[in-house]
Amino acid sequence: MQLWLIPILPLAGFALNGLLGRRLPKSAINAIAAGSVLLSFLWVLKTLGGLGVFGGGNPLESAYVEHYFTWIQSGPLNIGIDFAVDRLTSVMLLIVTGVGFLIHVYAIGYMAHEGGYYRFFAYLNLFMFFMLVLVLGANFLLLFVGWEGVGLCSYLLIGFYFLEKFATDAGNKAFIVNRIGDFGFSLAVFLIAKTFGTLDFAKVFGKVKDMPVESAAGVLTAISLLLLLGATGKSAQIPLFVWLPDAMAGPTPVSALIHAATMVTAGVYMVARSSQIFLHAAGALDIVAIVGIATAFFAATIGLVQNDIKKVYAYSTVSQLGYMFVGLGTGAFSAGIYHVMTHAFFKALLFLGAGSVIHALSGEQDLRKMGGLRKYTPITFWTLLAASLAIAGFPFLSGYYSKDAILAAAYSHAPWMYWVGVFTAGMTAFYVFRAFFLTFFGEYRGELAGNGAHGGDAHGHSGHDDAHGHDDHGHGALHESPAVMWIPLAILAVLSLVGGYLFNIPKWLDPMFPLVEESPGTEWTTYVSVGFGLAGIALAYLFYVASPGLADSLASTFRSPYRWLYNKYFVDEFYDAAVVNPTVDGSRILLWRVMDAGVIDGAVNGVGKEARNLGSLLRLAQSGYVRNYAAWVVAGAILVIAVMGLAGGAR
Amino acid sequence: MPPLPQSVPIAWYLTLSAILFVLGVAGFLYRRNVITVFMSIELMLNAVNLSFVTFSYKLKEVDGHIFSFFVMVVAAAEAAVGLAIILTVFKNRQTLEIDEVSSLRN
Repeated sequence: MQLWLIPILPLAGFALNGLLGRRLPKSAINAIAAGSVLLSFLWVLKTLGGLGVFGGGNPLESAYVEHYFTWIQSGPLNIGIDFAVDRLTSVMLLIVTGVGFLIHVYAIGYMAHEGGYYRFFAYLNLFMFFMLVLVLGANFLLLFVGWEGVGLCSYLLIGFYFLEKFATDAGNKAFIVNRIGDFGFSLAVFLIAKTFGTLDFAKVFGKVKDMPVESAAGVLTAISLLLLLGATGKSAQIPLFVWLPDAMAGPTPVSALIHAATMVTAGVYMVARSSQIFLHAAGALDIVAIVGIATAFFAATIGLVQNDIKKVYAYSTVSQLGYMFVGLGTGAFSAGIYHVMTHAFFKALLFLGAGSVIHALSGEQDLRKMGGLRKYTPITFWTLLAASLAIAGFPFLSGYYSKDAILAAAYSHAPWMYWVGVFTAGMTAFYVFRAFFLTFFGEYRGELAGNGAHGGDAHGHSGHDDAHGHDDHGHGALHESPAVMWIPLAILAVLSLVGGYLFNIPKWLDPMFPLVEESPGTEWTTYVSVGFGLAGIALAYLFYVASPGLADSLASTFRSPYRWLYNKYFVDEFYDAAVVNPTVDGSRILLWRVMDAGVIDGAVNGVGKEARNLGSLLRLAQSGYVRNYAAWVVAGAILVIAVMGLAGGAR
Repeated sequence: MPPLPQSVPIAWYLTLSAILFVLGVAGFLYRRNVITVFMSIELMLNAVNLSFVTFSYKLKEVDGHIFSFFVMVVAAAEAAVGLAIILTVFKNRQTLEIDEVSSLRN
């Protein structure tokens, strides 16, 4: 089936654009970047078709594995370059290449005016390569290779505007916070290799099943918790979620592709992939669920009050990832993956729509300076409406199905989780529609960019959008995005609307993750969650369209909680105080001043100084008179002979 | 090798060697002329050669002979180099007083 072609195509695109991109025209860069991902997508379709996925019957009951060559052979440990496709992988492959391709196309329009064009697309293609290695890899080490690779690309793309300090800082933060998680992941891999003597998924999970329960629990729990630590880093869960909101410093297509649709779901994929380990480890799944629900709730509360449109969506992503972990933790792995897919559709669309808005406003991201954009950017308006409804869990849209599956699992697992989840769903609907209403309704509140010299034309009604003409694109007045940007939006909008209905992931994944029997008489859970979603939308409408002053007065009434939310619970400040500053100060004072300057430099300089002192003593013996030296030689010889004589001769 | 006359004991050769060596040492330590010092060194080498040969004869082994040849070769080489140094020193300093050649002091 030539699975290797799937990741190799974007890698070839990376190599071409990365090595030659400086000399290529933009059209060639576009063709290579988007074309390689498109070919990869088509090859995925062909492969899956060849495996009978699109036909009837019961394809891919077990994984289809391709072995290429042995990579590491060390004692009994044998690690190969193996790719495998099973039902879980097939879902991830379609998401990554399909949504990835749409975002590549969008980026062609979005990045048209940016410097470093070829660099951007080279990184993006490299990301696709590593992401595909991540989902295709048939052992933990290949998964880890992809895992680290996407982390690298994430770092490179967050810091894409590397002349801006905040962008490089955000890149560093993402990379360093992910290091903590990756440390846990690598320890888990070591522990797996030590315990099972292999890293192949099939063999490891087979051995897990056969392990006696009593002896296995400890080590399996340790492995699961270490894997979970890795997942919290990559998928931005408490306590390691702090990097994701900052990651919005990267270009918007990057936020959509890496920090919403694909990379951040790698943690979910990994936990689902290791479901056998988690299922056999006592207590590990409960921790997964608790981490997930806590993250979902707290991130949603922060999202309520953010003013940067991308920050709102970033906290929304953190919150939705929390939902996925709730799904995993309550044993409904397929519901978690279901939400990965629908989230990829509507969150990618939200980000791309936000990018389209930002593009229309020539770089403005502050919700307070938007408003009334409905008549200028109608396509963005409609597509964003579709995405917002989908994420809010509006009935029969994609988010409705997946969120419902997760919440139903949560209810049968622990009712309090369901109630927290439902309340979070209400908040989700509220903040998404808050952003939506602030963007598209009311009056335009910003100043027209490129128009500051005129003054007086603060409002967007004066019709300059025609006066500037279209060649001033991207710098002038409000304008709708070009077709290369809105067509991907439209496709994603259709997927957000009907994707949940079309692709019944839980049923498809049933052989891997048996569905939890739904307890009868719980249909009402669906109505309650939909009700909360609709209430959230209505509240947002009330606050931001019907009576716009209400939100501010509420904020000033509840000043203290508002301040906590607005400042994100001071988590960053807490980490700064608890971890970052002690590390920096400790490095400066203990490691630099005491250890480096004091001990190490002191030792080196001290040796030199003592050598000088000793030398200045020995210098006195250097008379410069040959006869003097000869006398010493004679004296020495006599001494040696005397000693030998006293010791009883040469024998 | 013809036997040595019985009347000359080994000790005499060794005593002669020791006397020659001490003479060399004394000359090396007390003379100031570089050439003389140099000759004293040769004297010491030959004193040692004498005792090598003596022991070689006494022990009926050729090692001592071989060693004395080595010493001669080294002495010849050393003489060549040493005389060259002395010539150069004299050219530069117009003196052969060994105590005046002490620029390596301290």
